[in-house]
Order: sequence, then C-alpha cells, then structure tokens
Amino acid sequence: MNMTSSIPAPMAKPAPVHPRPAIELQDASVVFGAGEKAVTALSPTTLRMDRGEFLALVGPSGCGKSTILKLVSNLIQPSSGLVLIGGREASARELRIGMAFQNPTLLPWLTIEQNVMMPLKIVEPFKRTYRRDKRGAYRDRVHALLKQVGLGDFANHYPWQLSGGMLQRSNLCRALIHEPDLLLLDEPFGALDQFTREELWQIMQDLYLDRAPTVLLVTHDLREAGFLAGRICVMSARPGRVISDEPVTLPQPRDIATIYSPEFVEMTQGLREMIAQVRSS
Amino acid sequence: MSDSIRIRFLSTSLIVGFFLLWEVLCILLNVSDLVLPRPSEIFVTMYDRFPVLWPHILQTLSSTLIGFALGVTIGVTLGVIVGTSKVAYAVAYPLLVGFSSIPKVAVVPIFVLWFGSGTTPAILTAMVICVFPIVVNIATGLATTEPELEDVLKTMGASKTEILWNVGLPRAMPYFFASLKVAITLSFVGAVLSETVASNMGIGFVMMTASSNFQVSLVFSGLILLALMGVALYAIFSLLESRVTGWATRGTEIAVT
Ligand SMILES: Nc1ncnc2c1ncn2[C@@H]1O[C@H](COP(=O)(O)OP(=O)(O)O)[C@@H](O)[C@H]1O
Ligand SMILES: [Mg+2]
Repeated sequence: MNMTSSIPAPMAKPAPVHPRPAIELQDASVVFGAGEKAVTALSPTTLRMDRGEFLALVGPSGCGKSTILKLVSNLIQPSSGLVLIGGREASARELRIGMAFQNPTLLPWLTIEQNVMMPLKIVEPFKRTYRRDKRGAYRDRVHALLKQVGLGDFANHYPWQLSGGMLQRSNLCRALIHEPDLLLLDEPFGALDQFTREELWQIMQDLYLDRAPTVLLVTHDLREAGFLAGRICVMSARPGRVISDEPVTLPQPRDIATIYSPEFVEMTQGLREMIAQVRSS
Repeated sequence: MSDSIRIRFLSTSLIVGFFLLWEVLCILLNVSDLVLPRPSEIFVTMYDRFPVLWPHILQTLSSTLIGFALGVTIGVTLGVIVGTSKVAYAVAYPLLVGFSSIPKVAVVPIFVLWFGSGTTPAILTAMVICVFPIVVNIATGLATTEPELEDVLKTMGASKTEILWNVGLPRAMPYFFASLKVAITLSFVGAVLSETVASNMGIGFVMMTASSNFQVSLVFSGLILLALMGVALYAIFSLLESRVTGWATRGTEIAVT
C-alpha cells in the first residue's frame, strides 16, 4: 500500500480508469493461405487502445487496415500473437461491437428500419425482448436514431431507393443502434463526395461525443482522421505495421472550418510526408 | 402504361386469332372431325361434358399439388443441406445436375410396379419431377450469398442458424420462387403423364380413354383444359413470386433450371 492510494483526496473526481484496454494487439500477424501462395496481410503488430478513445488508422492501401478490423471483430483469427478485446480473447465477445464496412452492405430485402434494427434481433441482451419490443420500444429507438442522422422520412424505404450518402448513414445507424462499446469503421465515407463526407463527419462527431464509445476508424483521408480522431496511427506499406502513433491535440468538438486552419494543415502535411516516405521505401 | 395495355391486347388477339384460323382452316380444307375437330365443337363438348370432367380436373389438380408440396419440402431440405456447406455444394452439384437431366418420366413404370396404378404413382411422379430444380436453385441461392452480408451478422455475434435465417434463406428466396414456377409446371406434367399410363381418374386418364373410343373432340377438350390449368398454376406462382421477392426482380430473371 502506498500513501497516495490510502489517503483519497475528497474533492478529486477519480478519472475513469479501465485496467483492461479496449483493444490490445500483441505481435498479432495474419497470413492467408499456406506454402508457396502464403500472403502476409499483417506483419506482427502491437497496438493498444484505451476505452473511450477515438483512433484513426491510416496507411497505404493493402497495408492490412481492414485485416486489423477483422481481427478485432473476430471475423478472422491471428496467425500468431494475441488479440485481446476488453482484456479477453476476441471470441469471448467481452465488448459489444458495432461495425460499418466500406460498402454499406445493407440487406436488400429489408427496409432501412428493419436493417438498422437487425443488431437488436441478434445481440444480447436486446434479442431477449426482440419479439415484444420490435414494434414498440425498439422501433422508436431506430426512428430516433434515423432522425438524428437526417433519415427520419426514409425508415420504410428499401436500400435501392436511397443515395450513397443515405446508405452510409443507415450503415452508421446499424453499427450504433445497439450502443456498442467498440465501434469499428472501415473507410465508411470513402465513396462519398466531399460535401456529404463533411456532413457525415459532423454527424459522426456528434454521435461520438454523445455516446462516448471506443472508436477505431480506418481511413485514407488524412483530414477525416485529423477532424475526428483523438489519436492517429500510421501504417507502413504491405505487409504493414504501425510506424507512427501521435495524439491529435486540437480540442473537441471541432468545427469543420478547423480543417482549413494552419495548424491542422501542418499536421496533415506531416502525416502525408510520412506516408509518402513509407510508400516509396 | 399504354404499352402494357397494348401488349395485353395483342396477345389476347393472337390467342383468339389462333382459334379462328384453326376453325377457318378446318372448314376450308374440310378436315374430318376424327382427325382435328373444330374449336367450336371442342368447346361445345367441353361445356356438355363438364359435370363429368369436373371430378377429373380436381383429381389432376390434387395429385399435382400434393406431389408438388412433397417435392418442395424435400427440395428445400436438400437444398439447404447442400447450399450451406461449401464442401457439400462442390461434391453434390455434379450429381444433382446429372440426376436432373434424367428424363423423369422413366420413373412412372417403376412407381406403377411398386404401388399399382392409381393416385399414388401420379403423386410420386409429380413429386420426383419437381425436386431437382428446387434443390439446385436453393443451393445456388445459398452458396452464392455475398460473404460481406454474412460478415455483417458475424460481427454481431450471430450463430450459424441466425445467419441462415436472416441472410441465407432470404437471399435464396428469389431463386426459390423462380424455381417454383418451373417446378409446378413439371409436377403438372408428371401427374398427367402418370394418369395417362396408369390410373382410372384424372384428365390424363380421360384423354386416354376418349382416344381409344375415338371421342376426338373429348380428347381435345382434355388438352385445352390441361393448357388452361397449366397456365393458371404458372400464373399463380408468378404472381406469388413478384409479390414476395419484388426487391430482387426489378426486371431480371434469375432462375437456374
Ligand atoms: N482473404 C484474403 N486472402 C488472401 N489475401 C488477402 C485476404 N484478405 C486480404 N488479403 C491481402 O492482405 C493485404 C491486406 O489487406 P487489407 O487488410 O484488406 O488492406 P487495407 O489496408 O487496404 O484494408 C492485401 O495485400 C490483401 O491483398
Ligand atoms: Mg480495406
């Protein structure tokens, strides 16, 4: 027992300390196939994320960013090393995960409302009362979230009736509806035009500040990383590993005008040069 | 809109025109009633004999539908087994295609041998003949499901059964309904065929008996009744298909037959 912990300061509000990080990769690597045709998708990588962090992962394409997300979401298992989620094996599902893929991947036979409601049908503890609540409490919850991202009038539309930006918003809603502890986003705004993208950045920031999940965002857009994240990791070219890990010091919430300020431009320039270097080497 | 009305009008005219031409040619060429009766005679016969024909119509329809229902049940079960396992799909696919290309009418004599003549071989023929298109379509629908769609549910921690119910089966539905249209027609052919060979009920039997008694216009009445029933069954399942799988059939036909 040391002195500081045995005499608590009455006025100090204890910081929320989580002894176990949300994500911990310990020398995790991924190799697809075997023998001659083996492809190393991820060199042994070590990465740690505390709860409540917003981390952006940037790097040249093919460097293994999606592979990291698949490891974390337990879609694939590491060929070597360890992946711990909330302090336990990924397969234990210690943390509730919400994931948005690069393509919206909404189920075409379901309406937007039914698509967004899907996690409530599958994920514990929501699934227990799914039958009872799907027309009541869950429906209201889906509608409230859709309204928050500006899709209030489209609950009963089918995916093919929506534009790309609207589909990505629905995709975000589906990743968020079950209040995940850990939100995994794989280039979710990549295929959108600049205006829609900036609009969604703001929506994303609001949702993050509102719900405070742990977010791991994969992106190739440095401004997106700088605008949204609290920390940016840069990966080297294939087979990738993390070569830079820096906090973003700008205070949150950030205004979209921030991305045109000198300090922001300076930060993204630094990142850009680093990526250019790893690409050429 | 006016286009679809015009097309409807044209196809109705084509059918009416076909019967008119038939009528006129029979009169002009002085064709004997014993070779090819005129449509007007056929329809009169059909009308006169309808009370006698009615139980046979019901018989044919019920054999078809019972056999079809059994065939669908077996087909869906096999299709799910084959389609959910990559190995089973790869292993069983050549066998299925091989089986489905055997002329299924060849099984009629076998069923008659086992069960005697009557309703049973008709039902069994209707069943066997429609199983394969359903198996192949369900299996194809399941096996071609985009892995990304399954990944979405996997990240939520869904079980294999939940993925099957929420992604695989809905994804296979357009294939299933497209195959139903084909399957119901096949079942119908199978049932009638078995009736002509070995039965004392059904339209197939009526046509066979009428033919051996040289009641030519009754034979043709049977033929036209069969055409009407076949079209009706097909139409019902097409309608069902477009209702249930409207999301997938925006102008494309995807049945694998
Ligand atoms: N299922 C797979 N089989 C073989 N190679 C794969 C597979 N998935 C990804 N790869 C390879 O692994 C590397 C990293 O992929 P990925 O993580 O998708 O990169 P990105 O950083 O662009 O998201 C790529 O070179 C890719 O070709
Ligand atoms: Mg990727």
